[in-house]
Amino acid sequence: MSSKDKNISIDPASEQMLRSEATQDLELTWDRYQAMQPQCGYGQLGVCCKICAMGPCRIDPFGNGPQKGVCGATADIIAARNLARMIAAGTAAHSDHGRDTVHALLSAASDPNSDYKVTDGKKVRALAQEWGVDIQGKSKEELAKEVAEMSFAEFGQQHGELKFAQRAPEEQKNRWRENGVMPRGIDREVVELMHRTTMGVDSDFKSIIGQGIRASLADGWGGSMIATELSDILFGRPNPIKSTVNLGILKADEVNILVHGHEPTLSEMLVAATQDPEMIKLAKSKGAEGITLAGICCTANEILMRHGVPIAGNFLQQELALATGAVDAMIVDVQCVMPALGELAKRFHTKLISTSPKAKVPFANHIEFDESKALDIAKQIIREAIENFPNRKGKSTCIPDIRENMVAGFTAESVFEFLGGHYRPSYRPLNEGIITGRLRGAAAIVGCNNPRITHDYGHVTMTKELLANDVLVVTTGCTAIADAKAGLLNSGEALKYCGKGLKEICEAVGIPPVLHLGACVDISRVLTILCNILDQGGLGVGISDLPAAGAAPEWMSEKAVAIGFYVVASGVYTVLGQALPVEGAKELTQYLCEDIEDVYGGKFAFEPDPIEGAHLILDHIDRKRSDLKLSPVLYPVPYAPKTVAEAAAAS
Amino acid sequence: MKGSIFVQIKKCLSCHSCELACAVEHSASKDLVRAIHEDPPPAPRVRLEQVEGASIPLQCRHCEDAPCVAVCPCGAIEKLGPEQAVIIHEDKCIGCKFCIAVCPFGVVELRKDGRVALKCDLCLSRTEEGLLPACVTACPSGALCFLTAEELSKQKRRIAAKREHQAAQAADAQEEEA
Repeated sequence: MSSKDKNISIDPASEQMLRSEATQDLELTWDRYQAMQPQCGYGQLGVCCKICAMGPCRIDPFGNGPQKGVCGATADIIAARNLARMIAAGTAAHSDHGRDTVHALLSAASDPNSDYKVTDGKKVRALAQEWGVDIQGKSKEELAKEVAEMSFAEFGQQHGELKFAQRAPEEQKNRWRENGVMPRGIDREVVELMHRTTMGVDSDFKSIIGQGIRASLADGWGGSMIATELSDILFGRPNPIKSTVNLGILKADEVNILVHGHEPTLSEMLVAATQDPEMIKLAKSKGAEGITLAGICCTANEILMRHGVPIAGNFLQQELALATGAVDAMIVDVQCVMPALGELAKRFHTKLISTSPKAKVPFANHIEFDESKALDIAKQIIREAIENFPNRKGKSTCIPDIRENMVAGFTAESVFEFLGGHYRPSYRPLNEGIITGRLRGAAAIVGCNNPRITHDYGHVTMTKELLANDVLVVTTGCTAIADAKAGLLNSGEALKYCGKGLKEICEAVGIPPVLHLGACVDISRVLTILCNILDQGGLGVGISDLPAAGAAPEWMSEKAVAIGFYVVASGVYTVLGQALPVEGAKELTQYLCEDIEDVYGGKFAFEPDPIEGAHLILDHIDRKRSDLKLSPVLYPVPYAPKTVAEAAAAS
Repeated sequence: MKGSIFVQIKKCLSCHSCELACAVEHSASKDLVRAIHEDPPPAPRVRLEQVEGASIPLQCRHCEDAPCVAVCPCGAIEKLGPEQAVIIHEDKCIGCKFCIAVCPFGVVELRKDGRVALKCDLCLSRTEEGLLPACVTACPSGALCFLTAEELSKQKRRIAAKREHQAAQAADAQEEEA
């Protein structure tokens, strides 16, 4: 689909931008996607290998041409190696983000002059205790220093087991140990995966996937969880907070600054810098009414969760935000930052500022971020943006007057406190809700945007279908932003989409039916919540016993592949809107979509239609309810549970 | 839509996308992921041949005086008209392989089950709707194109004219210098 086609997005602000004069002569993602059609079938099926220089090799999926690469690798081996390397990249991305967070926490804890402070004393104490640190008489800084050093050690550890992996239920840990996939050290698992998939090493596709799982677990129960937990300690645990979302948060008469990417270390400082009276004064001296700071993608989610900073849009709105012509500076760090932004920004007065030593963007101004001078650099960047504001004068801008209210800021702990009340925090009401059948189950809908599917359609359609069928939804990343724009994170408004049982629970507890848990790296919070539900009791012994599932209807990033694997290997049934690139490898596909369930408790399903995908999730939830001998859902629902005969016929 | 498939050999990167697209177009589902599970597996009618480092996609030339049409004992091969496709009626084909023997390009093959001959049908169902043949659409480097003989002649004439023009200009310049 090209950007001039209809039905590119279900988001009214994006549609308005795409129809407006402002975007007519711009080259956008959808135009490049159109120009790329038809895309390579070998790549789509995962049967192209360029790992060594005897290749590139490709397997003929119709069986007419070669069935083995030059080295003898079959389609299953080739697709497994390619997929495994995607897991390695995804794990590396989340974990490197985690590493930066540890670095910032260490600086906060050990340097009294650091711009960072250890904010959440309660959380650092709890984590230190969990890791067996003697907490007697130690300050939060001392504890944070110990926790940071222990976290650093998780990356380089060569043997043993990751500390956060110990949080998993015994049943799941035993599955990992029995299959030799318990992660030892974060970096080690990525390195070993790259080694195993190089020419002439691991040639058993299940063994390759096994190490892929080990690396993915080092992400979910390692790098990602470190990123989440240490960000909470450093910047404070999020609490439910109100905010606004969509391109309409940009203001014609203010300095508009967008942060885009994934890491909170710089953006936290930018939040502080924009509130500095000196900066506000400077903005006013340049003729602006004030400063609006907002975000795109997960940097946005990070500062939304902790400060209520508004969100301008999700992944496929990064170019549209620039196209408004009203952005004075876009500040990017790492991950999901399109290389196209540099050239696009040149069309406007917008300053594109890259900040990470790891990520430079063509035509961007590079102001390198250094944690030891964090606030100074943040102020320098904000000053650049303010000084660019007068350059907007006389240029045409197009800001869609569309925004939506939302509530974000849920965590494993705040769900706990919300449900049971501050004085008796407990998951009991949630478990009771599921046991009585008011709640049919729970689902995590997460992931990116992808021009293959109408922007936001997959996320919002699947979420609504699940809400109507009494499933509580938790969300992160670009799905959370899509759902927020559709009003599903608005505690009052969203209830009209809910089935009767879900509505009763949400009204009783006072939560929206879709809980925003943060950035994509915070899918680790979902793992913690699943453990807490199991600990509360009454719903089985393993994660795979729970009437719960996951989905990524619009995924595109390698990070999503790593996430998919760590949740499946943690026992979660997971529906992907875009198939993994394995379909040319028949045995591998059969393994990932069926047989792997016997090993780890979870499996994948590939379903591009979000309604069909939601129904797969509902069928799965119903099967788990039946296995737990729970009564079927309490109230009538549009997609009724299958009768025993129907279920037997379907399987 | 009239025309034939032509190859610009220098542009072919040997990616085999034409073969894949052709097989999908001639499958029951016309969907890549479903097609690879079909029985019998769909076969491509275009084949990439490698000679002396170059790769050349070959498919039926849809000859105006086609030897395969002449040699077929059952009238199973039909030329639909000038500059139109030569097609095989599978229901009449007895698999005698005479067409394979007389084809100067080797682009007629026996179906995997050995019962009938297979070759490019110029994607009739697509070209009738004004769409380009599947292999041409799939080619990412523009090595395959679909043109009438007249369009091709015109294209070649323009290249020749440009060459002549440049040669003449160079000659003039030399004369002036002298």
